[in-house]
Amino acid sequence: MANRGRNSSQGYALLTPTLAVMALALAAPLLLMAITSLKNQSGLGFAEGWTLAHYGEVLGRASYRALFLRSVLISAAVTVVTVGLAYPMAYFVAFHTRRKFVWLVALTIPFWTSYLLRVFAWKIILGFNGVINSGLMRLHLIDQPLSFLLYNPFAVVVTLAHAWAAFAILPIYVSLEKIDRSLLEAASDLGDSALRRFLRITLPLSMPGVIGAAILIFVPTTGDFVTPQLVGGTKGTMIANLIEVQFNAVGNWPLGAALSLVGMAMVAVIAGLFVASARAATKAAR
Amino acid sequence: MSYLAITNVRKSFGGTLAVDNVSLQVPRGEFFALLGPSGCGKTTLLRMIAGFETPDSGTIAIDGEVMNAVPPHLRPTNMVFQSYAIFPHLNVFDNIAYGLRKLKLPKDALRAKVEAMLATVRLEGLGGRAADQLSGGQRQRVALARALVREPKILLLDEPLGALDKRLREAMQLELRAIQRKVGITFMLVTHDQEEALSLSDRVAVMEGGRILQVASPRTLYERPESRAVADFIGEINFFHATVKSMAGETATVNAGVLGIITLPFANLAPGIKPDDHILLAIRPEHVRFSSQGVAGEIVTSTFLGERSHFHIRIPGRGETVAVSGAAPPTGALHLVFPPENLFALPVT
Amino acid sequence: MKSRSLSAYAFAYLAFLYVPVLVLPVFSFNDSQFIAFPLSGFTTRWYAGLAADTAMLHALGNSLKVGLITSLLSTLLGLTAAKAVTHYRLRGTGPALAFISLPLFIPDIVLGISLLLLLGAVGLPLSLAAVVMGHLLVCVPFALTVLIARFEGFDKNLEEASADLGENGWMTFWRVTFPLMLPGITASLLLTFITSFDEFLVAYFLSGTEATLPIYIWGQLRFPERLPMVLALGAIILTVSVALVVLAEYVRNLGVKKPMVGA
Repeated sequence: MANRGRNSSQGYALLTPTLAVMALALAAPLLLMAITSLKNQSGLGFAEGWTLAHYGEVLGRASYRALFLRSVLISAAVTVVTVGLAYPMAYFVAFHTRRKFVWLVALTIPFWTSYLLRVFAWKIILGFNGVINSGLMRLHLIDQPLSFLLYNPFAVVVTLAHAWAAFAILPIYVSLEKIDRSLLEAASDLGDSALRRFLRITLPLSMPGVIGAAILIFVPTTGDFVTPQLVGGTKGTMIANLIEVQFNAVGNWPLGAALSLVGMAMVAVIAGLFVASARAATKAAR
Repeated sequence: MSYLAITNVRKSFGGTLAVDNVSLQVPRGEFFALLGPSGCGKTTLLRMIAGFETPDSGTIAIDGEVMNAVPPHLRPTNMVFQSYAIFPHLNVFDNIAYGLRKLKLPKDALRAKVEAMLATVRLEGLGGRAADQLSGGQRQRVALARALVREPKILLLDEPLGALDKRLREAMQLELRAIQRKVGITFMLVTHDQEEALSLSDRVAVMEGGRILQVASPRTLYERPESRAVADFIGEINFFHATVKSMAGETATVNAGVLGIITLPFANLAPGIKPDDHILLAIRPEHVRFSSQGVAGEIVTSTFLGERSHFHIRIPGRGETVAVSGAAPPTGALHLVFPPENLFALPVT
Repeated sequence: MKSRSLSAYAFAYLAFLYVPVLVLPVFSFNDSQFIAFPLSGFTTRWYAGLAADTAMLHALGNSLKVGLITSLLSTLLGLTAAKAVTHYRLRGTGPALAFISLPLFIPDIVLGISLLLLLGAVGLPLSLAAVVMGHLLVCVPFALTVLIARFEGFDKNLEEASADLGENGWMTFWRVTFPLMLPGITASLLLTFITSFDEFLVAYFLSGTEATLPIYIWGQLRFPERLPMVLALGAIILTVSVALVVLAEYVRNLGVKKPMVGA
């Protein structure tokens, strides 16, 4: 069909409002955050002059570095657990059922509830007097409530893995669904068993979905403060809790901004490295 | 005054010239085809007639009125799209009636018109069918009915039969021809299928590279192509290099290498050929005959096609084989005869 | 075949997803202040308490207002951008889309904080309007995804056919483009509304004195005696959200019909 050279100006005109809003609401504020991170803090407001002291503090303090590390590890654990648990589920829907629509709706319904309440529900379930403990005690399976369930990184990982499950299932499902079934038939015809077919064809071809899901989960979970605050206790705090405190209780905005930008940069670098190495690994495996 | 007059139309997209100074006259009531390979400009030309593209220069006039500034919804043309473009949210009746809304006809008159058109395209009784429940052939007919019911001055068809399987396509070709004769509207068809163009049209314009190579009736294009490109595009053909020795009165004498010295009737020469010109002698496979005398040759391949067979014959002094179509040759030594009345001379380019 | 163990896994996974969610309705009817087994009997007093809670109702009103405006604006912005990108050959489509989708890859806390800074710098107060702006950032990428998918399934010839058959630009939009886009627009409205309605992080930083419903809930979580009522609220939200999502899926699949081949 002939190319649509028609009236590109109309096209640009249509695109502009959306781009403008996003630029205003996204680019400008981020820029501002960068600027704020360089300002001097004085009492509850800003003082004159620019400084890199906040960055020095962020990168220099051992406790902050440990917190960054813990956040990254927790998010990485959440990503691995969520994607790992979601893959067989997505595989089931793509290959082992005809009622795909029903399953997909059933899988997404839990996520159309308030995120806060889902986190809170886990608090109730994992708590000292919570659902699991009282249930197990009632069934006389334990004498004392289990205390390792809540207020630690374990609780944070479980809760976040539950909260982000849908973000893992859907991308993986989509990439599995796209796989041409005749490729698998050809592999079978050429002598591959079911397991080999999976490892040599299905898994590599679904990698884009898996990588997409991983990034989609890893990046936002590093910035969550709700879950750590509700179920993390002191052992399970993450970087977002520290940032939130700077903006509310403590009032040290420049430090908060510096923490945010360093955190974001770190996450972006890790995500970028992950995607690059995953791509390289997929190519090498051919 | 021609019904459709295209004069010196040019159109470029970005840096590419899609239509290069094309002029065409189509009388009223004709079934006209634009034939050519992909990218030759035929669809662009059609869309300019419909109003979806504007010529960079030149004019398009319908029934005496220049149309360049008229937007598509006000032109007296209607188009059958290659993808049919059936409105998925409307049923068959509403699809066909879509363009009649502006006429504000009373309900009975509207219904009568649509039902008459349903009958013409042989879809009676299917008015209530949903768009997504139609087969390919049915969608094609709905698209046709929808365009025809508005009684346009010119009906434009953009490769309308391309998506249909062979048998359906042949049946639809016959129907299209019958419908055109019945309603008497000027049809302009765009296609890359030369059999389709030749079997349906009164006249065909062969296009290549944005230009019109030749406009003529199907028979003339087949028997008297004026250039190598046209001859090559339409049907199968054999080419021999030759030089014009002399031209006098009713005949021309030609030195045709391995075929010898041949005298051709003047009518068999393409316009503009002069003595000493290098030419191509062209002859269709069905006109080459087997004989006991003539140019010696041997069979390389033969294909049985039912009522006739197709052969490739090697003759001395020529790399390519000669394509011959007809009944099987007699056994024994094989000779080919090239009757001069079936040889025509084309310029080399 | 390993199909049986995979099926078992699938159902177990589904249970894992639903159990926490089911805590809400189960304990919202439980006649006890403590969220623990054993269950103490059926009651609706927590729901009754909700109806009388003016602070909650006020926050609910705020969430509805913000959600409605956000869904309308983000759908509109998504619609124009989707049309621009699918109907015209524009240079820089890739980067433009990547830029618009950027909020999906930035932690919400960063979005909230940076907008907080912007408002402070410009001197605008924290308010529901600010929350709308933050929610636009979060919702426009979703609206765009839904609408682009919808536009790409749209035969471009349909609008040309309508013009060819005599309708001018406005009538073509009204008779062809709009009816065919309606399911996609509805789905986008529903999706962005739900996203905004449930959104906490950005609203937390930007809402100032006017609370949205999630912020109200957050405030209640530290009072044990209020917990069952919060669960009741959650159960209601769950039911309504489910109904809306099922409706959205149903509407989205209307009018997207595949042609039948054969005969």
